[in-house]
Amino acid sequence: MNIEERVKAIISEQLEVPLDSLTAETTFEEIDADSLDIVELVMALEEEFDLEISDQEIENIKTIGDIVNYIESRI
Amino acid sequence: MGVISPIGSGKEEFWQGLLSGRSGIRKVTAFDAGGYPCQIAGEIPDFDPARYLDRREVKKMDRFTQLGAAAALMAWHDAGLDRVGIDCDAVGVSVGSGIGGIRTLEEQYRLLMEKGPRRVSPFLVPALAANMAAGYISILLRLRGPNAAAATACASSSHAIGDAFRVIQRGEAEIMVAGGAEAAISQIAFAGFCSARALSTRNHEPARASRPFDRERDGFVIGEGAGIVILESLDHALKRGAHIYAEIAGYGMSADAYHITAPDPEGEGAALSMQRALDSAGLEPEAVDYINAHGTSTEYNDRMETLAIKKTFGRHASRLAVSSTKSMIGHLLGAAGAVELIATLLCMEHQTAHPTINYEVPDPDCDLDYVPNRARPMKIDVALSNSFGFGGTNATLAVKRYVGA
Repeated sequence: MNIEERVKAIISEQLEVPLDSLTAETTFEEIDADSLDIVELVMALEEEFDLEISDQEIENIKTIGDIVNYIESRI
Repeated sequence: MGVISPIGSGKEEFWQGLLSGRSGIRKVTAFDAGGYPCQIAGEIPDFDPARYLDRREVKKMDRFTQLGAAAALMAWHDAGLDRVGIDCDAVGVSVGSGIGGIRTLEEQYRLLMEKGPRRVSPFLVPALAANMAAGYISILLRLRGPNAAAATACASSSHAIGDAFRVIQRGEAEIMVAGGAEAAISQIAFAGFCSARALSTRNHEPARASRPFDRERDGFVIGEGAGIVILESLDHALKRGAHIYAEIAGYGMSADAYHITAPDPEGEGAALSMQRALDSAGLEPEAVDYINAHGTSTEYNDRMETLAIKKTFGRHASRLAVSSTKSMIGHLLGAAGAVELIATLLCMEHQTAHPTINYEVPDPDCDLDYVPNRARPMKIDVALSNSFGFGGTNATLAVKRYVGA
């Protein structure tokens, strides 16, 4: 699986949204993720990709594509 | 009413379990209890929260909230409230828990130790809070009336229901969703209760371990579950043609002012609680047909409660029937009072006292009529339900059969 697929798989599992409904353009607002959901999601991503994402960086993340780009830039 | 118990979920299944005297006590499956002095519990192994609640929400809740919310939905449906338009600002929630989200705490503490503070879930604190079942039920059903959660150990849900009764009496709500939920079958809770020497160690025969009032009783058995009742002002209930199980006639509260875990051996606090319930209902002791006892199966409680009933009822004590639901489902801690009030209401509805099972060897200190081992058809017009908690807190609910205006 590439990074985008791994990110989508985690989001789908964690937030109970169908995998095929997620695209790079999907925003967290669209999938009803509140600030606590995002914190939890970031934890799972940190675990999966073995990196640390600061609160400041979290604020700049609006879409799944943003996460993928960010992770790609870090590993 | 809505109930999830170790002998069945929903009022029909629960009643069948009570009537047939079935035990819901088995070997613990939630964790490996091998090294614990007590290895048995009243679990609900087949509880599937996703049958009642949104999967994504379920993950953020502790099991006690899942149980409480599921029971609340059952009660809401049973009361026909999902089929009528009601003013949700006039509907409140009073749902307690003795311990709250201890399973989530235990799991997250393990993560903290293994992986550090950055891996502790942002949902820990809301999962843990003992009022979260009450909070979640209000969100689920959009109820903006008074919202509270009694946390008085094993008396929590009796207090929650009694307090809800007072809210309606004061005119602060037309309807209250009231009861309790508990899911404390966890390693840390077991270890603590074991160390306090509160639990039965009859591990080789789980179904016979909870034996209230029997001379060979050796402690209580932890159970999990939830019980929710819908309390409603009489006018409101009559206007919408609701099925009325019974009338909450009175509510008594007291404290032992004696010890953190042991009840006052003289039963003064428990007797005061029952007396106050009778007084607030305007009932003579002789009017009471049936008492659903706290009846935990501990040496102390059962002797003390017997004495307290004798103090309150005098000669009538030997004429009324007393039974312990805990003989079948174990001790549901903060959910016990609500589940046992539901048992009491079902006994009233069927005019049959459910049995105290595992009653085999009489104890000279426990010499009342405990409805041993077999259900008994009888007149039940007025009943009490007792709950006593650590800290020496006591609550008694008095219920009366509704006979119409």
